[in-house]
Amino acid sequence: MTALPEKTDRKLGLVIDLDTCVGCHACVISCKGWNTENYGAPLSDLDAYGADPEGTFLNRIHSFEVTPPDAPPMVVHFPKSCLHCEDAPCVTVCPTGASYKRAEDGIVLVNEDACIGCGLCAWACPYGAREMDGAEKVMKKCTLCVDRIYNESLPEVDREPVCVRTCPAGARHFGDLGDPDSDVSQLVAARGGVDLMPEQGTKPVNKYLPPRPRDRLSATPPPLTQSADTPQASGFLGWLDRALERL
Amino acid sequence: MHPAPSLILFTVLSGLGFGLLVWLGLGLRAPTGVAAFVLFGLGYGLAGAGLLASAFHLGHPERALLAFTQWRTSWLSREAVLACAALLVMAPHAAGAVFFATPLPVFGWLGAVLALATIFATAMIYTQIRAVPRWHHWSTPPVFLFAGLAGGALLAGSPRLSLVLMLALGAAMATHWLMGDGRFAQAGSTMGSATQLGGPGQVRLLEPPHTGRNYLLREMVHVVGRKHAHKLRLIALGLGAVLPAALLLLPAGHVVIGLALIAHVTGIAAQRWLFFAEAEHVVGLYYGQR
Repeated sequence: MTALPEKTDRKLGLVIDLDTCVGCHACVISCKGWNTENYGAPLSDLDAYGADPEGTFLNRIHSFEVTPPDAPPMVVHFPKSCLHCEDAPCVTVCPTGASYKRAEDGIVLVNEDACIGCGLCAWACPYGAREMDGAEKVMKKCTLCVDRIYNESLPEVDREPVCVRTCPAGARHFGDLGDPDSDVSQLVAARGGVDLMPEQGTKPVNKYLPPRPRDRLSATPPPLTQSADTPQASGFLGWLDRALERL
Repeated sequence: MHPAPSLILFTVLSGLGFGLLVWLGLGLRAPTGVAAFVLFGLGYGLAGAGLLASAFHLGHPERALLAFTQWRTSWLSREAVLACAALLVMAPHAAGAVFFATPLPVFGWLGAVLALATIFATAMIYTQIRAVPRWHHWSTPPVFLFAGLAGGALLAGSPRLSLVLMLALGAAMATHWLMGDGRFAQAGSTMGSATQLGGPGQVRLLEPPHTGRNYLLREMVHVVGRKHAHKLRLIALGLGAVLPAALLLLPAGHVVIGLALIAHVTGIAAQRWLFFAEAEHVVGLYYGQR
């Protein structure tokens, strides 16, 4: 049944640090790679070498410019994937039971064998986290790398979502956001982590850490240490300077 | 939202078909023999054609039977269950009228209630979606219900009833448009709330995540045609409700009802196209669009 679980034992999710993300798209590529080779239908590309290439991605990076009223604009790179909402509207609209939220860890998944490709779950998601695969015609979404995090054939260091494992800046963190003592929960508390579009009532599990305030230039620039006049050369260079001046 | 032809065809045709079945089930007209065959055939044909059109929208129609399983939570599943239940329950009533000249009103009434519930469920598929503020409002279901009932009454050949329902439909459409225009602002979703970067300052999209199009933009950030929204509203209101109502004031006859029907269906098709094209999904905010 596509009813949401009353409560989940754990709330596995991501914490994304907007202060640290450099916008390199490495998580996008590693996500596409892992999820094309493993769980479910591969993430297809259509017209990859043609005039109108497009593809299915579970994680995409938007770049925003934020202009404070009294300071220069700053660029914020903004990774976006499924937020594994507690009150996930995509799950309850599913007519076939293909979409579900796991009671044990809160991960929202799609059983692709039961998906009829109606697209209603993608309409219900305010975040654009679900994309219908153009070739397979089933709904694809972030699985929180469910085939890595419990996978005992992988070295322990690799048992986290591939986007987190790949991020060269350390801007992505994975853990149990239902446990107030977990590293990720403490990080969220320390940095004032926020929900995206809280007015939509989805209660997302993933949290975003806002950019720290940037350094501000003071109103008057510090005085230059050297005089603005050209320094006088001495010795040979001084003679050369004077000789050339006379020509 | 993307105005898919299959969805427009589905909502217009099945709305009309189930609307007709509501009136036939309630015994507004109690035809027998060939007349019953034609009317019930029209009702079943339109409802069935609509359901078939909706199946074309699916990526995997071969798994469509699974859509009957999640009626406890999903309006789409409820609609599938109610549609089939309405057609099945109405069948003895229809067969009785066509072949034995004895309609079975109990099945008719029950079928009529189920047919009306089917139209309501269709409307709720859209109304439930909070991420599309224009749809997520009480003014959406009346448009679907009155469109089905007014068109159904017209097909059933009841000009008086249809006239009243056409006027109600016009009022429902106007209400939906006027209240819908402020819905996005009321929902409170902005680029600031979507990114949570609105606190420090003004947010604008600097670089989209991809250079080409994608599924999200195609399905949910449909901006083409919105500029003609005002004209299309007039066409939908004029052809869908006002002109049929005016025609029905004339002495009733097959020609008048036929003309009213053509105008009504054209107008409702325009209304449905606009219903999708005009609806803005909040995901557009991540792309700096609406």
